[in-house]
Amino acid sequence: MMPEIVIHTENLTRRFGDFVAVNNISFDVKVGEIFGFLGANGAGKTTAMKILCGLLSPSSGVATVAGFDVYKENERIKENIGYMSQKFSLYENLTVRENITFFGGIYGIDRKSLKIKSEELIQRLGLGPEADKLVGSLPLGWKQKISFSVAILHNPKVVFLDEPTGGVDPITRRQFWDMIYEASAKGITVFVTTHYMDEAEYCDRVSIMVDGAIAAIGKPSELKQQFGVENMDGVFLQLARGAKRSE
Amino acid sequence: MKVFFAFVKKEFWHVIRDKRSLIILIGLPIVMMLLFGFALTSEVKNSNIAILDFSKDPATKTLVDRIDQSQYFTVNKYLNSEKEIEGVFRKGEVRLVLIFPQNFENDLSKDKKTQVRLVADASDPNTANITINYASAIIRDYQNEVNENKMLPYAIEMETRMLYNPQLKSSYNFVPGVMTLIMMLLGAMMTSVSIVKEKEMGTMEILLVSPMKPIMVLISKAVPYMVLCFLDIILILLMAVYILDMPIQGSLVLLLAESLLFIITTLSLGLLISVNVNSQQVAMFISLVALLMPSLIFSGFMFPIENMPLPLQVMSNLIPTKWYYSIMKAIMVKGLSFEFVLKQTLILAGMTVFFLSIAIKKFKINLEA
Repeated sequence: MMPEIVIHTENLTRRFGDFVAVNNISFDVKVGEIFGFLGANGAGKTTAMKILCGLLSPSSGVATVAGFDVYKENERIKENIGYMSQKFSLYENLTVRENITFFGGIYGIDRKSLKIKSEELIQRLGLGPEADKLVGSLPLGWKQKISFSVAILHNPKVVFLDEPTGGVDPITRRQFWDMIYEASAKGITVFVTTHYMDEAEYCDRVSIMVDGAIAAIGKPSELKQQFGVENMDGVFLQLARGAKRSE
Repeated sequence: MKVFFAFVKKEFWHVIRDKRSLIILIGLPIVMMLLFGFALTSEVKNSNIAILDFSKDPATKTLVDRIDQSQYFTVNKYLNSEKEIEGVFRKGEVRLVLIFPQNFENDLSKDKKTQVRLVADASDPNTANITINYASAIIRDYQNEVNENKMLPYAIEMETRMLYNPQLKSSYNFVPGVMTLIMMLLGAMMTSVSIVKEKEMGTMEILLVSPMKPIMVLISKAVPYMVLCFLDIILILLMAVYILDMPIQGSLVLLLAESLLFIITTLSLGLLISVNVNSQQVAMFISLVALLMPSLIFSGFMFPIENMPLPLQVMSNLIPTKWYYSIMKAIMVKGLSFEFVLKQTLILAGMTVFFLSIAIKKFKINLEA
């Protein structure tokens, strides 16, 4: 049986020399949850995310992703996660179809099911004639939708989204979040960083990092109550104001 | 393996889509071979020569005819006075002026002694030297014929033989040179630029979070360029043999194997650059200035290393192209076998291992940061 908890960290710490980028963080993310990972620039979000993606080893503490240990089983972790970053993550001079084929290929999806999957995806996104156009010629909103679909093509247990909606208009952002809900409904856990506080409201739970540590964690409604403010903006500002380091 | 092929396929799509890289890959070798083969030749042919003949007798006429008939010179002007010499050089009409004194034939037959004067435009010292040599040779031939029936008290007969390249074709020199430069340019520059591009675009991150091993990402990135460079080697060799009539003396297999080694050297240099920089411009700049320039200067292809000051001679040993160039010349021109290029091969292999291990080490450090 699939464990109820898909990401588990306990006293996770990462130092770079004297600098403690991630300081003793502990949290759990449940299967199918949409977990917002907030924090100001330089708060240590990226480092924590790199550890969870198996790119970086922690200095101390425990962390498992999809049941695999970040110290020893990072190759297994990579097989079970998807990733999409704020920097646009498809190849501009390949067509949509070629991008799907390539990313499917590096995740080891076999040719037959890859063909079926890519047709499905093209249908679902309503791409049709655009499927054989170069990605570079498509509008940004579309690219991001395709990018997300490609990131979950191999049915990962967790998908990490690093500021996925940067530079996109509100309508497209809303549509993008619909896709996130869809994925989460299918049981894919979504781990998302964002600077948009309205998006934080869309998450099941959020954590807010300040100076490498987790300053608050919980459902958006609980956090708002706890800090006695109207919206997540208020929560974030109260916490971030106390931050000592910034980029 | 399947993952690897998916990657290689994607890389080929990239190259084919990108007109610039396609032009560099196919156009550059062709253009360079044609340029060096037909335009930038160091052979001196059909130089214009002017004659200032004060005797105008049968002997001078014969000599002038011979000069004109040789493939090296075209007589394009007859001067009437010394004053005109300066003028024709200034206008750049001729490279050489040949001056016969008065009574040339008379002096030659009666006094057994006469003079000619050669004046060359030495603003280009090499060409000046070569034309003087050619002209002297023709005059010497004539003199030998005149002397034929007479016994000279002493004579040293010279017999020269130009080994390996009897026709003194410059292609024997530049084909290995062009191969060296093209490989440096394609192997190092294109690989580094293409990897750095992935960094710039953010796709590198995606590749690194994928189940592909980071080292495999680098290797898969380099392999397509290895194949393309190899195709270019074959293209250059085909052009050399069929268009420039340059036979390959040594073993073709050895030639290709050594080329493959050098391609790997240049790819390692490309990887080394790409792990150290983050923008395509910087990658290109470093490849051109730090790799191509020294390659051009120190390979021995354009400037003889023996003529350089000692510190530069020592430095030239650090440049991989020097070794590849000497291997290529040995195999293509002299037809030597493996044991004669063993030393160079080992040096090249050592350099490759060195560059590659630094690149991989640095790559691993970068991953952790």
